[in-house]
Amino acid sequence: MNLTLKIWRQAGPQAKGSMETYQVTDISEDMSFLEMLDVLNEDLTERGEEPVAFDSDCREGICGMCGLMISGHAHGPEVTTTCQLHMRSFRDGETITIEPWRADAFPVIKDLVVDRSSFDRIIQAGGFISANTGAAPEAHSVPVPKPLADRAFESAACIGCGACVAACPNASGMLFMGAKITHLGSLPQGQPERWARVQNMVATHDAEGFGGCTNIGECSAACPKEIPLDVISTLNSDLRKSRSQRH
Amino acid sequence: MKISMALAGLLFVFYVLMHMYGNLKLLFGQKAFDDYAHHLRTLGEPILPYSGFLWLFRLLLITALLVHVGFALHLWSKANRARSSRYVVKKAVAATVSSKMMRWGGIALLLFLVFHLIHFTILKPNFNSGETVVEGSPYSLVVAAFKLWWVVAIYLLAMIALGMHLHHGVWSAAQTLGLTQTAKSRATAKALGVLVALVVAVGFAIPPLAILFKIVGN
Ligand code: HEM
Ligand code: FES
Repeated sequence: MNLTLKIWRQAGPQAKGSMETYQVTDISEDMSFLEMLDVLNEDLTERGEEPVAFDSDCREGICGMCGLMISGHAHGPEVTTTCQLHMRSFRDGETITIEPWRADAFPVIKDLVVDRSSFDRIIQAGGFISANTGAAPEAHSVPVPKPLADRAFESAACIGCGACVAACPNASGMLFMGAKITHLGSLPQGQPERWARVQNMVATHDAEGFGGCTNIGECSAACPKEIPLDVISTLNSDLRKSRSQRH
Repeated sequence: MKISMALAGLLFVFYVLMHMYGNLKLLFGQKAFDDYAHHLRTLGEPILPYSGFLWLFRLLLITALLVHVGFALHLWSKANRARSSRYVVKKAVAATVSSKMMRWGGIALLLFLVFHLIHFTILKPNFNSGETVVEGSPYSLVVAAFKLWWVVAIYLLAMIALGMHLHHGVWSAAQTLGLTQTAKSRATAKALGVLVALVVAVGFAIPPLAILFKIVGN
């Protein structure tokens, strides 16, 4: 395949960025999207130009490190991560635009790499449980009803990639936060901190400059792990109850 | 904050349904409608003075409107600050037209509200020189107005905007209040949004159309 790429280039956090056009040739349909970018970068390096900076780590869809806005879709046209997206999802001769996640809470570091430490600070504010470390408890010592276990598991699938924020017209982090609240709040182990957790996480979310949710649904549609919108409702419900529950 | 916005919005839904029910009385002729308007003013008497209930309710609605619009503007500016640099290419996958029109549609509704209040509550201008309006009979004022096609057109456009606002608003409020924690309740809330939107938009549209097409009010 031969493709035209329009890529956001930005030399550093303060620099002014712009879209630049590149051509790549002889791309195999079996390559992943990131491998295609690797080909471009080898090309650029050989020509003595600055390669395009982008994030990735596991390249198997589990770490949440990768994430690009591809022709207007977070992680591209399929429901998966950018690293698990394959070139067969594109047509020969297509023009693809590639941009970083755009949100003031995710400032650009360079080109397509953004700083998502605001997510880490939300987790630090409440995305944990308190447990003794060392000896692992016997797995059956705390019974969890099957429906709750399923729901916790479904929300625990969130890999924190930030596609929800990138896709949201309000740049809100509610789906990410809702996934964490639902994951931990559904389980017995998450109960002691439940009400403080939701209040602290929401306060941190707002202070980090994320937008407010207006229930549009773009987040869930963009999520590579298909986290459903109802985690946001659970978050809202916990936030409402926390006023009277937190002592 | 969004909870008060949702509650204010739901109060409007309740009010709008009452208002629509009242308007449909136009179909039953002058006496039914004028009696209804009069009844609103004597509701709660003798505990409350004449128009007392109406004013209490108006006060509640005004407060709710300030809360609703105030927080809407706050959310809007927050969203703008949260993404100060825009995408070059961004495609929507899940957003409904109604959900994208909440802000501009809300502003259209606000403008319509001002026009509507001036029209039937404050100044009560008679746009139709071919008709006489009887003092103290809102029925005659309404009938005179809706014999003009452009007045009907303004009201119909506003009802489309209202229907769209409610289509997304009802579901959004359920979500904000934490009532949609399963896929099933989410589907119910969305269906309810469509239903309320249709009932309100169609219900409000019937009287003006009935007058325009001379089914009532001759
Ligand atoms: C008059 C000017 C109005 C403006 C400027 C306005 C604006 C807005 C905005 C920006 C939203 C938030 C968008 C979202 O959540 O997606 C909203 C939500 C809503 N609006 Fe309005 N609106 C107005 C009037 C009304 C009226 C007359 C009604 C009802 C008849 C109404 C019912 C609702 C409801 C139920 C919501 C959902 C609240 C929530 O998201 O929790 N609004 N409005
Ligand atoms: S690189 Fe780990 S999820 Fe894509």
